Amino acid sequence: MTDEQDSRSSQPVPPILPKPPAAFAPAPVPPPVDAAPSAIRDFLSKRGSGSLADNSFAAVMLLCACSIFAIVLFIFGILVIHSHLSLVAFGWKFFTRQAWDPVSGDFGALPFIYGTLATSLLALCMAVPLALGVAVFLTELCPRPLRAPISFLTELLAAIPSVVYGLWAVFVLVPLMRDVIGPFLVKTLGWTGLFSGANFGVGLLTASMILAIMILPIISSLTRDIMTAVPNSQREAVLALGATRWEMIRIGVLRNSRIGIVGAIMLGLGRALGETMAVTMVIGNHPSIGKSLFAPANTLASVIAGEFSEATSDIYYSALIEIGLALFLVTIVVNAIARLMVWAVTRNAPGQVH
Amino acid sequence: MDFQSKSMRMNNARRTAANYFISGLSILATIIVILPLIAILFYLIYKGASSLNLNFFTKIPAPVGQEGGGMANSIVGSSIILGLASLMGIPIGIAAGVYLAEFGRGKPFATAVRFTADVLNGVPSIVMGISIYSLIVKPQNHFSALAGGVALAIMMVPTITRTTEEMLATVPHAIREAALGLGVPKWRTAVSVSLRTASPGIITGCMLAFARVAGETAPLLFTAFGNSFWSFSLREPIAALPLQIYVYATGPYDEWHRLAWAGALVLIVLIMVSVTLVRIFANRGVLKGGS
Repeated sequence: MTDEQDSRSSQPVPPILPKPPAAFAPAPVPPPVDAAPSAIRDFLSKRGSGSLADNSFAAVMLLCACSIFAIVLFIFGILVIHSHLSLVAFGWKFFTRQAWDPVSGDFGALPFIYGTLATSLLALCMAVPLALGVAVFLTELCPRPLRAPISFLTELLAAIPSVVYGLWAVFVLVPLMRDVIGPFLVKTLGWTGLFSGANFGVGLLTASMILAIMILPIISSLTRDIMTAVPNSQREAVLALGATRWEMIRIGVLRNSRIGIVGAIMLGLGRALGETMAVTMVIGNHPSIGKSLFAPANTLASVIAGEFSEATSDIYYSALIEIGLALFLVTIVVNAIARLMVWAVTRNAPGQVH
Repeated sequence: MDFQSKSMRMNNARRTAANYFISGLSILATIIVILPLIAILFYLIYKGASSLNLNFFTKIPAPVGQEGGGMANSIVGSSIILGLASLMGIPIGIAAGVYLAEFGRGKPFATAVRFTADVLNGVPSIVMGISIYSLIVKPQNHFSALAGGVALAIMMVPTITRTTEEMLATVPHAIREAALGLGVPKWRTAVSVSLRTASPGIITGCMLAFARVAGETAPLLFTAFGNSFWSFSLREPIAALPLQIYVYATGPYDEWHRLAWAGALVLIVLIMVSVTLVRIFANRGVLKGGS
């Protein structure tokens, strides 16, 4: 071994490869710089790098993207500034007091919080089972040719403006409530005490019903997206174990999309909390807390819509702006939590993102 | 069936019955959901169609209680406010969407903007209305069409941003890379290549946002305020169709109720046409013939 090492290091390595052909000869020397440039090089060097245009375009687009943040901050800022009087006068107790007396300047938002919560929760109770039923039908049970028309119809429900819902509610739902549904409820469920008192047709229950119709399309279309995002392997696995179709839906699909469905329901809740026009027209507009579901009430949004143009004194205006600020913060929090839940479920899945 | 015990057979029967029961319930739910929609539409057509005549589209409201008025000033006023809102909202929304899709891909800033836009979409429109009241109407001491336009514009921006970003994200990277490889500057790629390719989708997104704000009343309650006469100035209160429907629906006169139904029918027809157009265009895909 030592001999081979010595023999290898003492002599130069003989050439093994043949001489390279002329095509691989070293590159020719480029012409000197001050020779006449080609037309293409001339054109390209005159154009510049374009970095100024790129950077300024990107800066303008960035400014517009920041406008979203600017809008949120602006709304928050201006609401805080203009509710300053009321914040200073009432503090936190504003949301726990039951007064609402514009004449003497005594304001408390508890009746409106009660009205908002009661209408929203009642609307959710009515809308969620129906929305889930529609979503289950459209994703799992519906024959394919019917799927597009029916989903188009449910999305049309979302396109109807709120004032048209209110108009229909005032002229159709209120008489229905007063003459048909109200007496029926008193007869069957009157023992609960929830349906006591005079029934004029306008009140908490009517507002909850029209709200339920309005939040249905949101909950059902989001639930459909979430159910479509569940991979088919889950469905097939449950079916392979011998499940019926409902068991496949319950175990394979609904159990996997529980978080997303909760998120969809919260988004519906967020919409119900802020709904103004239809509720203002049928809720009776009375700042009171009553046990009966027929009683007139007021929500945070409907008191602003109804009384803002009558707010002559500064403290009245400030109290209404403070209610608007509370509405803004509550809907932002509810929507943020709901979006996070929906995003967590649909993150890795195909299908649309809403 | 011989190898199944009696309890197994009973269990299977129970499971099959539960299956049919739930299927029936979900079909029932769908029918209950479709029913109000059809009821509302039919009732609208029934009540509104009889009041739709030439007077409706050409005359301003008659003195209270008198017959023969129309809602022409509301239709024109709505067009002015919506035109103003589109002029302000669409460029900002598309620019923000272009930033998110072309320049800000993958950055946490883009995720934050996307999330904020989604959350802003859920803010009640009355809150936007009172913010713009405090910003524009109160210092100027008068209601104005400009304030109404601004209120609707800030409602359009988040929706248009999100749809523009989604549509631009469907443009294949190969097209952008081809343009960049040919020496087209980045800004020119974004404008002439990506935007042009995704333009059907972006237009449908703008139409969706337009249809959504066309029916909004709450932001206009305290900004545009409404007007019983012709008004074409941006510095004066102006009538708007949803606003007039609200005022007429809650008023005591039968003539007003008639006009409210007719106005609601016109509004619904306009919105349905936009939504249907959106559906037709959305199916055409981003590239001609699909991508």
